[in-house]
Amino acid sequence: MRIQKTDWLHYYANPHRFMRLAQRLFYPLWVVAILTLLYGLYLSFQAPPDYQQGETVRIMFVHVPAAWMALFGYSFIAFVSILALIFRHPLGHLAARAAAPIGACFTLVALITGALWGQPMWGTWWVWDARLTSVLVLFFIYIGYISLWRAIESPEKASRAAAILAIVGFINVPIIKFSVDWWNTLHQPASVSRFARPAIHPDILYPLLMMGVAFMVLFFALLITRMQVEILNQRARRRLGGGV
Amino acid sequence: MRAFYRVLYSDVLLAWRQGSISLVVAFLFIALTLVPFGVGPELALLKRLAPGLLWVVIVLALLLSLDRLFQSDAEDGGFDQLMLSAQPLELLVLAKLIAHYISLIIPLSLVLPLAGFLVNIDIKALWPLILSVLVAGPALCALGAIGSALSVSVRRAGLLTALIVMPLYVPVLLFGANATQTALLGNGTIAFDAIAILAAMSVAAILLAPVAISAALRGLSE
Repeated sequence: MRIQKTDWLHYYANPHRFMRLAQRLFYPLWVVAILTLLYGLYLSFQAPPDYQQGETVRIMFVHVPAAWMALFGYSFIAFVSILALIFRHPLGHLAARAAAPIGACFTLVALITGALWGQPMWGTWWVWDARLTSVLVLFFIYIGYISLWRAIESPEKASRAAAILAIVGFINVPIIKFSVDWWNTLHQPASVSRFARPAIHPDILYPLLMMGVAFMVLFFALLITRMQVEILNQRARRRLGGGV
Repeated sequence: MRAFYRVLYSDVLLAWRQGSISLVVAFLFIALTLVPFGVGPELALLKRLAPGLLWVVIVLALLLSLDRLFQSDAEDGGFDQLMLSAQPLELLVLAKLIAHYISLIIPLSLVLPLAGFLVNIDIKALWPLILSVLVAGPALCALGAIGSALSVSVRRAGLLTALIVMPLYVPVLLFGANATQTALLGNGTIAFDAIAILAAMSVAAILLAPVAISAALRGLSE
């Protein structure tokens, strides 16, 4: 029986077919990721220093895209988890599981680069600013999600529990963001005000967007690599005959 | 509806007889006793910290109480009974949530006046504190129960449950502590906007959580 074109979602439920697709995508994704990353870094160092922040503005070219990817990564996890729950699609769970450490790393990069930027600009590594706090909480959500995957032994139970947690967390992220904003504006209005930012100059915007594209491609390159490794792992375990 | 009341009644009774109520209350006092050792016994400082401290300690006490919420049912087959019941699982889960509220939040809020004096709480902040704990209680129970249900198949789930639930508690803690801080600064006026938001969170959580919890529990028996 021929499989209809519209049924591609279930077509790739077969890990063998997915592996073929992944192998075809592997090199193009990595080449594009590395090239855009190099070009983005080149542009970042070409950009003129900011008149207020000086050279530290270059941290932003890593920091801002990393923060974007932190949010994108979690949205991606929630999205594929919903798909996985509705269609009982094994790849959805696999993709969510593979994406979690990548997203957590981007979140950590955003937090660390933020601290590195905060030290010269604010005079301290960490402030309980609303944005910083909500990104920190997002990082904890990632950690909880990854820990749940690791703690439950049976893969079926783990994937279901993790998917539910991803969705619950996804509903909570905007609530956390809103409440933290409200909390912070009430406690310390503008004692550490963010610099008044004029409309972003193209000199800054272009490298920023380039780095954004690079991080996005890097995310998917890492994702597909991790998914391949996971599938190969499962095969190896099955072949070894362990009851795992 | 009889099954609903049965679950509610037996869970409260169990919490009472097994002593988990007195355990949580004892934890509240012990944790509060540690605070002056940590920050110093200065009364003015304690007075400033008291509402926030009490909130943090209550949240910790709840986090610690979570891991047994569903686990004993999972071990002794109680769940299979709930799932076999003609009632929807969501309804029975709701009964368990209400039982959790009755056997934890209410005793905790009853001893809050006493616990508050340990950290020299301002009497103005006491009533808003109790009110906010009571209003936020359903949200705390419901969100905590989600974490508890998700980690039910993990053997030593205590830390894991706390890790999962902690981020979910952030908004509740923020608004709860704010309601009491406002009372402290504003001469006992109750911050009704914060209380209203807490109430909204409680309503949303108590309606949505049983769905998530039941979905998690059904996954166990598959």
